[in-house]
Amino acid sequence: MGVIKSIEELEKIRDQARELINLRKDNENKTRIVVGMGTCGISAGAREVLMAILDEIKKRNLTDVVVTETGCIGMCRFEPLVDVIKPNQPKVTYVNVNPEKARQIVARHVVNNQVIDEWVIPNI
Amino acid sequence: MKELSLHVLDIVENSLRAGATEVEIRVVEDSNEDILSIEIKDNGRGMDDETVKKAIDPFFTTRTERKVGLGLPLLVQAAKAAEGNVAIKSIPGKGTTVKAVFKKSHIDLQPLGDMAKTISALVALHPEVEFIYTHVKEGRKLRFSTKELKEKLQEVPINNPLVIDWILRFLKKSLNELSGGA
Repeated sequence: MGVIKSIEELEKIRDQARELINLRKDNENKTRIVVGMGTCGISAGAREVLMAILDEIKKRNLTDVVVTETGCIGMCRFEPLVDVIKPNQPKVTYVNVNPEKARQIVARHVVNNQVIDEWVIPNI
Repeated sequence: MKELSLHVLDIVENSLRAGATEVEIRVVEDSNEDILSIEIKDNGRGMDDETVKKAIDPFFTTRTERKVGLGLPLLVQAAKAAEGNVAIKSIPGKGTTVKAVFKKSHIDLQPLGDMAKTISALVALHPEVEFIYTHVKEGRKLRFSTKELKEKLQEVPINNPLVIDWILRFLKKSLNELSGGA
């Protein structure tokens, strides 16, 4: 049965994940990625953006990144919105994000520290 | 919204902003009765009768960022388009249940869409909340509970990206099996 096989796999994943978490426990030095999950964000594609971000974090074994959500912040026409907050750095807000952009944000900004200026919110 | 599973994500977000710690999501697909139903039951702070009435008005919201609230009105619209309806029951201090019923064969019914992604997204963003997802399709049943999963995971957080990836694949496979696929 598929379910039993899946549970066995889950136990393996658990052990694998446990080794990774033990490497870092301090929350201070984590990068936060915040996805807009209001009605506007969801209808503009925030779910696919979120799943792409999580997938990229998994593929790259990033253990120092936390993904959270925010509701509508009143900039509905720029949704999906993604904030990247690196420790001790100001928040950077990306607008009209799609899954492909989201993967690049993880690779270029979160991992390599290069803000992708052309996707960042215009001055408000 | 392009698919019903996105409405589910949106309505559950309402539950979570109302302080819910437990959310039950139940989807029933029944071709004999020609019904597709989606029920979302939470233990959030609930609403009084007056607020329940206002909740489906697009010009009502409790938020201050903007003057409209479209989550429930969009669900009502999707239901109406498919000869269905939305019922909201709420008890202040106890919680809210939103149940949407659609005519399954209706040509204007939005596709159910990717429930596996919706549930995975909710678990990833709200690891502290308990979700119970049941999906009954033509009498066959899938049940997924984060409480049970957390016991298996021991100290590993449920929102660990490896675990979320497993949940996504597990739900996809299980839903596929519900539909009669291998």
